[in-house]
Amino acid sequence: MTHTTLDGTAAHDTGFGELPHLMSLMTGDEKHGPAATSTLDALWVLYDRVLRVSPATAQDPARDRFLLSKGHGPMAYYAVLAAKGFFPTALLPGFGSYDSPLGHHPDRVLVPGAEIGSGSLGHGLPLAVGTALGLRARGLTDPAVWVLIGDAELDEGSNHEAIAYAGAAGLSRLHTLVVDNTSASHGWRGGIASRFEAAGWSAVTVDGRDHEALYAAFTAPHPDRPHAVVARVEAKEYSGEPKPKAAAA
Amino acid sequence: MDTMRERFASVTTQLLDEDPRLAVVLADIGVDGFRSAQERHPGRVVNVGIREQLLVGVGGGLALAGMRPVVHTFASFLVERPFEQVKLDFGHQDVGGVLVSAGGSYDWPAGGFTHMAPGDVALLDSLDGWTVHVPGHPDEADTLLRRAAAAGDDKVYVRLSVQTNGTPRPVDGARFLTVREGTGGVVLAVGPMLDNVLAATEGLDVTVLYATTVRPFDDAALRAAVAGATAADVVIVEPYHEGTSTRHANDALEHVPHRVLGLGVGRRELRRYGQLDEHLAGQGLDARSLRERITGFLAR
Repeated sequence: MTHTTLDGTAAHDTGFGELPHLMSLMTGDEKHGPAATSTLDALWVLYDRVLRVSPATAQDPARDRFLLSKGHGPMAYYAVLAAKGFFPTALLPGFGSYDSPLGHHPDRVLVPGAEIGSGSLGHGLPLAVGTALGLRARGLTDPAVWVLIGDAELDEGSNHEAIAYAGAAGLSRLHTLVVDNTSASHGWRGGIASRFEAAGWSAVTVDGRDHEALYAAFTAPHPDRPHAVVARVEAKEYSGEPKPKAAAA
Repeated sequence: MDTMRERFASVTTQLLDEDPRLAVVLADIGVDGFRSAQERHPGRVVNVGIREQLLVGVGGGLALAGMRPVVHTFASFLVERPFEQVKLDFGHQDVGGVLVSAGGSYDWPAGGFTHMAPGDVALLDSLDGWTVHVPGHPDEADTLLRRAAAAGDDKVYVRLSVQTNGTPRPVDGARFLTVREGTGGVVLAVGPMLDNVLAATEGLDVTVLYATTVRPFDDAALRAAVAGATAADVVIVEPYHEGTSTRHANDALEHVPHRVLGLGVGRRELRRYGQLDEHLAGQGLDARSLRERITGFLAR
């Protein structure tokens, strides 16, 4: 099957198995550690089976929104966007370079398909709350709003302002995906899901590598309340910024 | 006469009826003024509780969804506390909105320094593309709030205060007004500082300009005023940090040798309560102090 990318070129539909290669175009490595791929499975299942957004509908007011709040380590995100045709895979090798739209933190003004610019932690969930409110105010009650945060990002107090308000307001079209690679310095006693449940959210914790479990969690009904999916993956083994291939020389 | 904040509530309530794209975001401050609007437009009058990071983030998110957000609380909690949200959730996301503050530099002196925000305009000056309105009268606030709401996807800050001038001027949301003409120098009064500046310069041979829109800075008006003076001597009297607009005056006058004196609120904490007039005097911004400082500068 082929489809059309935003720049008009035809692209072959790419499967999950090709994502490591697309990531290697950015990193120079064919093998990626758990940190680089912590979001990969969840992102793939979302874009492949859940989100109603494509390059053709990327400007449609009624599209589903996906906000990548955890802007660190965006290689998996770029690989999925490229695989889904939002931009050509030819852009991937330029990752992090001066003339590339693909930075180590995404910029919505530069990256086709990116709903927000991120990098500073704790901005995506409040923006997602506002987006959900805005769509509802416009009468667009169908589109879903998704935001991806990390378990360490959850440390930021702004998230807790948003979680408490969204639960109280019953923002049923709001969804938070927490990718949990046990990187929060002090952990989350009682579990991450309990934070959301206490605030009135629906919440479920699943294996972040199990595509069927992710899909079931993403599509679980949650009438009258926002929904959180905690996707648990391997513990983070490396701390620091991603290393671009080109800058290594 | 109603206050600027009361006018903000009545004008914005009317605009909510007229413009389906408009939405108001509050953080428990100013909620009473929007009761009727919230009943009519429950989806477009949002109170997030005492959560100022969320307040500004929700504003940015509403804009991402195609709305025109009007975000309101005290200046200290709108610009200073969530400053990174202002920087990123509007500027970096490349979306617009209207931030409407109350409280100014010392509207509630008995509340102390926690509720004073004399640095708000200087902070916004570190960001790109913000229009800044500083009305000096509720009628001017009315005009400027309407312009801000209708300004497409512009980023606009409206600084409301209980300090006001006795009469409104015909402000247009862009240009400085010439209130008095003279040849011995130019005094630029910003918003609520005008009455004290007019009293301070009574009988002096100076031009008095009046600014309620300070960003963008009306370079042409300042150049024209300076061209009519014997010396390019400029005094700027601002209701927030002293010197905030001095750089803009220097840029406007880069073609001519000039002197600029920036008067306003000092950085030093006075650690005083009391009344607004006492703080104006304490900052040297009452009419008598201003006259001394202005004449002293022009005589040098």
